[in-house]
Amino acid sequence: MGYSGLLEWVKFNNPMDNAYYPYDVYNLPYDAGAKLWELLGGLLGWLINLLVPGNRLSTWLISDAVVNAFAIIFLAVILFAVGFVVNLTMIWEERKVLGRMMDRRGTKIGPLGYFQCLGDGLKTFMKENVAPADKDKKIYWWALSLVIGSSVLIACMVPLSHRWFVVDYSTGLLLIFGIFALAPFFILCAGWAQNNKYSLLGGIRAATLMISYEIPMLILLASVVLMAGSFNINDIVNAQFDTMWYIVPQFIGFIVFVVCAIAESERVPFDLAEAEAELVEGWQTEYAGMKWGLIMLGDYFRGYTACALIVILYLGGWMLPGIGATAVPELVFLLKIFAVFFIFIWARASLPRVRIDQILNIGWKRLMPLSVVNLCIVLLLKMGGVF
Amino acid sequence: MSSDAKIEAPSYNDVKALVATKFPKTVSLRENTKKNSRADNEKRRIYFKADRKVLLELCTYLRDKLNFEHASSVTAVDWVDHMEVVYHLSNYFNGMLLEISVDVPLDDLTVDSVANVWGGANWHEREAYELFGIVFKGHPKLERLLTPKYYEFYPFRKSYKLRGQE
Amino acid sequence: MMKGPELDKMWITMGPQHPFSHGLWTLRVQVDGEIVVDAEPEIGYLHRGWEKECENRIYPKIIPMADRLCYSASMTWSHLYCKVVEEALDVELPDRARYLRVVADEICRIQSHLMWLAAVGTDLGNLTVFLWCLREREFFLDLNVRLCGQRLTTNYPRIGGVRNDMPYYFERDCMRAVERFEKALWEIIAITDESSLFVNRMKGTGILTREQVANLGITGPAMRGTGVDFDIRRDDPYAAYGEIDFEVPVLKDGDSYSRFRVRIEEMFQSCEIIRQAMAKLETIPKTHPYRIKVPRAVPEGTHVTRIEDPRGEGLMYLVSDGTDKPYRLKVRSPVFVNVSAAKPLVMGARVADIPAVMAMIDMCLGETDR
Repeated sequence: MGYSGLLEWVKFNNPMDNAYYPYDVYNLPYDAGAKLWELLGGLLGWLINLLVPGNRLSTWLISDAVVNAFAIIFLAVILFAVGFVVNLTMIWEERKVLGRMMDRRGTKIGPLGYFQCLGDGLKTFMKENVAPADKDKKIYWWALSLVIGSSVLIACMVPLSHRWFVVDYSTGLLLIFGIFALAPFFILCAGWAQNNKYSLLGGIRAATLMISYEIPMLILLASVVLMAGSFNINDIVNAQFDTMWYIVPQFIGFIVFVVCAIAESERVPFDLAEAEAELVEGWQTEYAGMKWGLIMLGDYFRGYTACALIVILYLGGWMLPGIGATAVPELVFLLKIFAVFFIFIWARASLPRVRIDQILNIGWKRLMPLSVVNLCIVLLLKMGGVF
Repeated sequence: MSSDAKIEAPSYNDVKALVATKFPKTVSLRENTKKNSRADNEKRRIYFKADRKVLLELCTYLRDKLNFEHASSVTAVDWVDHMEVVYHLSNYFNGMLLEISVDVPLDDLTVDSVANVWGGANWHEREAYELFGIVFKGHPKLERLLTPKYYEFYPFRKSYKLRGQE
Repeated sequence: MMKGPELDKMWITMGPQHPFSHGLWTLRVQVDGEIVVDAEPEIGYLHRGWEKECENRIYPKIIPMADRLCYSASMTWSHLYCKVVEEALDVELPDRARYLRVVADEICRIQSHLMWLAAVGTDLGNLTVFLWCLREREFFLDLNVRLCGQRLTTNYPRIGGVRNDMPYYFERDCMRAVERFEKALWEIIAITDESSLFVNRMKGTGILTREQVANLGITGPAMRGTGVDFDIRRDDPYAAYGEIDFEVPVLKDGDSYSRFRVRIEEMFQSCEIIRQAMAKLETIPKTHPYRIKVPRAVPEGTHVTRIEDPRGEGLMYLVSDGTDKPYRLKVRSPVFVNVSAAKPLVMGARVADIPAVMAMIDMCLGETDR
């Protein structure tokens, strides 16, 4: 290639024409990453080509493979960054709303108290890294990493809209649920590895909780999938836009799912695994400093995922009824998530912690039959041809 | 009034008469001397001085027959030449507070435990044991409670001087 | 680690630095899974030799020390101390002092019960109850400030009366606080007593029978929640309680929930007592003395008196030898006896019930260890 204009190097191709494009549908973060690289790499290639005309480096820089690689990395970073910021916002929302419900003002640092989370992060980061001497070292660290890692992973895997996603497989929902259910197992291991009686009890409680709340949740998932006819998140959202939000026909399911989601994300009133009144800090007792800070962050990632699942399954995802996807469906989706999270905060402000046997009673004797009832309603509606 | 039936709310005179007939020699009554303050309340106070041999019998009698269900406190006083163990019992039905004081000689600092009569006296006796060194015979677990286990002295005795007091 | 044949059971040491032990004490529990099979309370971390210290102080100097027996019931403890010395001196209190003591005691009782309710909130895992109760408590601490210039360690009663008369407009402020509180308490009841999750956490836990409670010497609201109809304010009246008409709430179930209900009802009754005492105080002229002169030395003798502390029966036994210092002063702390009954209370309960059951004792370690 000889001397040519800048626009021949920075072309802004359609990302879907890229030979390595990993999806079937348009993906906004990928597109942004590809465009960014075409700007940067194209500029660089053009400059190098000015100095050394006809070199192979310049053409390699704007090849499909390099653009794709950069776009994938950019996608990963941006998805985590957005998830992280959303998380901080949720922590901020919780503090403010909880504060108002308790007749106090909540955080006050920064604009509307938003920077308190950053201050907390900094503070936990500065803490000494204390660990018990006779712990089971490998499990102690691995279980912790896996608890946090799996929480962050599912949070990043939740699509924000039809054009903002990591996976678009037909079984995307199942994958999210599968990873969601993994954490209690790691918590059990972490509780055992710390060599502390409180954390052991906390770990056992977490496992008990998982068994009793996973099953109604999956039955409810089955009824939603049955109604929509697909495991694909995009299809479920579109199906709700075509008919109605599933909260209307499956109101029982919605209520049960919210309860299960609170239990799955281990928030008050179901935070037995870290019941601070009797178990000090439950399974987190021996994780000090930034380890604890990351666990806290992971908890909010799980809360975020739980809210996102509720919005996807029952509240129409990123679509608005009658309007469809707006110009920024991601924002609509996030606003819905914050609204659902408000319910979580409300429950936390007004309810005490439930005892372990009462939790199992609620799980097996109330939620389980109710979720089956919900499934039957869906079957009837489906057979009656309503959906 | 038959002697073996439980009297739910015995009056001042009932208690006085019944205890005097049951323990004629070993238990003596101390008369109230208060004039002004709360004359009403003084009707609800009885002060006995008992011999330590009949203490357990007296306590069981008071609980079972005269319905003193509640042991408010058990404490000790160091009179230098002897010790005194003081019991405060109360009745829930007439609001009566009964005091029994028992003299314990210094050469034999033992008295029968009432922890099996009133469970509430358990810790009071442990406290009196660790602070005064009085041994309560028959106590289920006579160990130091408030002070460290390795203490070998009895800090509330008059012979135990505080700093600057020697 | 674990030794012996009972590998399925383990001892857990809850305390002295544990979120549930409100103060420094330890409850060692043996659990089989989640069920408590054995328990052993341990106290003594705060033992200061209070009674011995008193033997070296002249009588008026013990009043501030009596305040420090319990941070949230300082008024009743210094009242109890002054009362035992007054009985030893055999003096009659002026009317104004008696009614002022009643008002001060009931303010103390309400704020102590509110502190307890706040602790119940955190023990059951709800922070809203905690903050709402502390918010209401502030109004009563403000009344303390108005009355005696101090929030917690009030140093208000004196031997022979009280430190000072009511400040100006105190009756207005007091009635406002009480009327506001009677409405606000319903708000707190709505979030606790009317929430089935809250009630389920308390119902059926920590059950004791009437005989057990009487025998173990448990006193106060914990006793009245088990069917023992006994309140020293009514059955052995002191100060001006004999002239005030109030009810003693008694429930028969004997579980944590009935103890909770008794305390809630007591707060309403305390409001009623304050109202009556205030009405009576208005009829007593301001020129009436609120304190009388008493001699410094106390005549020889032994004296016993008791009072209804917010936590139960407070009893003081004074031995005086004719000097201006007590020969022996024994304090019977209600919590000291109540906590000794920890084992029957938590036996068979679940680990999660331990804070809920022990919260009903309303721990206060200053008076327990003395």
